[in-house]
Amino acid sequence: MTIRHHLSDPLLMAYAAGQLPEAFNLVVATHVSLCDDCRARLGAFDAVGGALIEEIDEISMGEVALEAALARIDGLPQATRAEPLKPAGIFPAPLADYIGGDLNAVRWRRIGGGVKQAILPTGPDASARLLYIPAGTAVPDHGHRGMELTLVLQGAFADDNARFNRGDIEIADEELEHTPVALAGQDCICLAATDAPLRFRSVLPRLAQPLFRI
Amino acid sequence: MAKAEDVTDWAGLLIRVRDRQDRAAFAQLFRHFAPRVKGFLMKSGAGAALAEECAQDVMATLWQKAHLFDPARASVSTWVYTIARNKRIDALRKDRRAEPEELDWGPEPEPDQAEAMEAQQDTERLGQALAQLPAKQRALIERAFYGELSHSEIAAETGLPLGTIKSRIRLALDKLRHHMT
Repeated sequence: MTIRHHLSDPLLMAYAAGQLPEAFNLVVATHVSLCDDCRARLGAFDAVGGALIEEIDEISMGEVALEAALARIDGLPQATRAEPLKPAGIFPAPLADYIGGDLNAVRWRRIGGGVKQAILPTGPDASARLLYIPAGTAVPDHGHRGMELTLVLQGAFADDNARFNRGDIEIADEELEHTPVALAGQDCICLAATDAPLRFRSVLPRLAQPLFRI
Repeated sequence: MAKAEDVTDWAGLLIRVRDRQDRAAFAQLFRHFAPRVKGFLMKSGAGAALAEECAQDVMATLWQKAHLFDPARASVSTWVYTIARNKRIDALRKDRRAEPEELDWGPEPEPDQAEAMEAQQDTERLGQALAQLPAKQRALIERAFYGELSHSEIAAETGLPLGTIKSRIRLALDKLRHHMT
């Protein structure tokens, strides 16, 4: 699998620093599960945390802290090394955890034009959802407030600028107004997260917005 | 910073914890890392009691999940940091934290000693590079990692030395590239 659209350095750094909203964390962890290049870059940003931990001012633990810790690990079984569970479906492990399974566990809701979505339970600062776009269908014309990440899990979509296949991530900000179209051949499934509600340019979807929480 | 403890083979100790449930090795790791984790959590806004409790949790996780530690890809400090960061998200924000799935080639059962030391040296070199940064840049990095910069502030901040960071950590990159198919 060749991934051509990657996470940005600021996103990787914010993930390493633990500063992303939960919905963005999910998208980053899912992309990194598919992309060794971003995993390696993330390793560099994690190492900043490691270097800071080495240099930080120590704060003494309580007097019996070590005894307490030794007593605690006595009762703690160590996990043994097992082959990691590589999900067989299209969802990498972090996403499968949220869904509670693969594609057949998703509870889709129709939002018109054959497009379906499923909103995932995340914290309030940003929202995450799965989108199902039939092959050859356009996602309603939309612009963005805030930032939107879209990760392709199946099929492909293209907008005026580029083509996005499985594993590719599109990072859209306020400047981007586009009309992504799912390419022919296979229905497109994406994981999308945004820190602001999408705004649609035609009247009807805008009216429907509060209803569908998009 | 040429303290004697800087040359301790932390990875070796953690592997003794993993393979032999070595309590003495665990105690040594605890004495070094628990006060640092506590310091990190307090800098991130936790009170002393919560930070102490969370540091205990972090060290217990280190014991339980030692089999996931891959000395060829990360230093022990980096690995401890990631556990502490996740604990902070758990305890202070009460969010779930999605983690990437484990690599299917996993840690090698018999890690190469040289590779393990290299990961530790990588982190030390990065630490030195951070120490030599202009004060303003270093402060920005600390603010980001101690939870004072939001993700949009990190994205908008042009003063972050992202290139410096990436150029110091070659190992993780090379190791992964080597395994890529």
